[in-house]
Amino acid sequence: MQLAPRLTALAAILCCAAAAHAQGTGPIKVGLMLPYTGTYAGLGNAIENGFKLYVQEQGGKLGGREIQYFKVDDESDPSKATDNVNKLIKRDAVDVLVGTVHSGVALAMAKAAKDSNTLLIVPNAGADAITGPMCAPGIVRSSFTNWQPGYATGVVAAGKGYKRAMTITWNYAAGTEAIKGFTEGFEKGGGKVLKDLNVPFPNVEFQALLTEIAAQKPDVVFAFFAGGGAVKFVKDYAAAGLNKTVPLMGSGFLTDGTLEAQGAAAQGLLTALHYADNLETPRNNAFRKAYALAYKSNADVYAVQGYDAAQILGAGLTAAKGDLAKRDVITSAMRKVTVDSPRGKFTISAAGNPVQDIYLREVKGLNNEYRSVAVKALADPARGCKL
Amino acid sequence: MPTPLDLATFLVQCLNAVQYGLLLFLVASGLTLIFGIMGVINLAHGSFYMLGAYLAFSLVPLFGEQFLLMLAAGVVLSALFGFVLEWVFFSYLYQREHLQQVLMTYALILVFEEARSLLVGNDVHGVPTPPWLAGGFALGGLMSYPWYRVFASVACIAVALALYWVVNRTRLGMMIRAGASNRDMVRGLGIDIRLLYRVVFAGGVALAALAGMIAAPLSSVYPGMGGGVLIICFVVVVIGGIGSITGALVASLLVGFVDTFGKVFFAEFSGVGVYLLMAIILVWRPEGLMKRGY
Repeated sequence: MQLAPRLTALAAILCCAAAAHAQGTGPIKVGLMLPYTGTYAGLGNAIENGFKLYVQEQGGKLGGREIQYFKVDDESDPSKATDNVNKLIKRDAVDVLVGTVHSGVALAMAKAAKDSNTLLIVPNAGADAITGPMCAPGIVRSSFTNWQPGYATGVVAAGKGYKRAMTITWNYAAGTEAIKGFTEGFEKGGGKVLKDLNVPFPNVEFQALLTEIAAQKPDVVFAFFAGGGAVKFVKDYAAAGLNKTVPLMGSGFLTDGTLEAQGAAAQGLLTALHYADNLETPRNNAFRKAYALAYKSNADVYAVQGYDAAQILGAGLTAAKGDLAKRDVITSAMRKVTVDSPRGKFTISAAGNPVQDIYLREVKGLNNEYRSVAVKALADPARGCKL
Repeated sequence: MPTPLDLATFLVQCLNAVQYGLLLFLVASGLTLIFGIMGVINLAHGSFYMLGAYLAFSLVPLFGEQFLLMLAAGVVLSALFGFVLEWVFFSYLYQREHLQQVLMTYALILVFEEARSLLVGNDVHGVPTPPWLAGGFALGGLMSYPWYRVFASVACIAVALALYWVVNRTRLGMMIRAGASNRDMVRGLGIDIRLLYRVVFAGGVALAALAGMIAAPLSSVYPGMGGGVLIICFVVVVIGGIGSITGALVASLLVGFVDTFGKVFFAEFSGVGVYLLMAIILVWRPEGLMKRGY
């Protein structure tokens, strides 16, 4: 028979290929799906830099295996998200996905990762659903949920003795999730939210709502805005003189990366986030020094999240000794890890979200300075997650 | 849920509505001129607004306290820019279909955004209020109202009056009105319609850029800021009647009021109000409130 030797040869090749795969000698393919163009380009680069910094510190290897990177620019465009993530999953056959900044894109990534059984580490997007209804053993987040800083701000506001609050945000998912968190923390502490104000995204005409705040005279206002909207809101709030009569608080994004533009209007604002500009810990100082040395720029919260994404992946791969076939070992190790993060140590919840200290920060000059721990080891309630 | 209003709050809200409406008018007037008179659907109009804001951001350090001088310089620069742009790109569009106009002006948006990204970067910036307009005055013990917002409203009214005067009382205005109603007849009467278009286009760009410059200290300067403005301006132009300056003014104020009070009374539906207004007006008057050229 002519066929038999060929079949034998084929079987031998397949057998060797399978053996090579099982031994895990080749590099681990990491797919970075991040925004490299558009408004969030800076954030995407910081995340990538942070991730690569940790891998370099480990000698370019995680779990004893080389790391090979594949990159896709997600453009922060949810309508292209599924196509983009499939470039990494199907074309490049990556073992691990890392991404992204925009929540809508991250949700599409979570779905694709689940369907294809690819590991996913989310280094920023705060949509509650990723570690809520969408949660899966293979999905872990190194950043936060929108709920977390909102809730912590609510706790602090109630602790300050404020009783009546108003909230204001864009009418979109991240905003409403943050508002829910604030309301929960604030009302648990005995406060009452009088009214939720909102403007359609990305509208920035706030004057009518500021008048409404002035008319109602609440004890405190909680705001969720980011980027250009955050700058405009904080400036308008100060221009209306409201900063002298009604204290303004917010999720950290209200004053992160925007202080240069906000100028005097932002001084003294209290915000809550899992990172601050002058956490004087040896861990953070060492990280910032290494980052500045490697990239000639200052590390920010996004760089920290990228760095920690690599730490979490490293923990999983080390536990499995670099063998991707031991998926259960990897996913359970990624949840058992205590991450020694520049932000401070944190653990991972069953749903895959950081259980972390949320800091209260105050704007001083161009920094969000650490004031105190708003809530210690805050876990997202992970509503809708069955893990 | 509607909240009851006292008189003072109501009056402040009216002031907010007028002020927002006037600023909208400044951008929309340029759009309606270009759209109505030259028949070009100019999606890049929002980019001219952005151009103005970034001009203010880069010119303020050069001019320091001379804010008015800065505005004048910005207007001249943007008008020149518009003049060249019309000559190089838009003059080829008049005979084309709307689809091709949309394609080219959309491409221009992408080009402007990328150029902005290369030249200034993607950060959010603030433009300082000129020192002589800093601060505000107390408004019925409720809140303070910034002087700069008053200045912005006055500037918008001044521009509206100047536009009215140019369109209704000057020879240029006569040609513009004539060109809006019948361009072939205007050409037949020996008027250089190409030059007229170029001037109108440059004027439209300058108006949008001026609005961007005036809005810059009120708001902030950020990537993609032209997009939101463009949509609301098209609403204004359609409500007001394409090509009508007076219509644009009336429509801007209407939109200002609907938007302001919509936000206060129906927070959950605040995004819908303006579009509902547009739908109702279009059912009532499909051509918009005013006739072209008035």
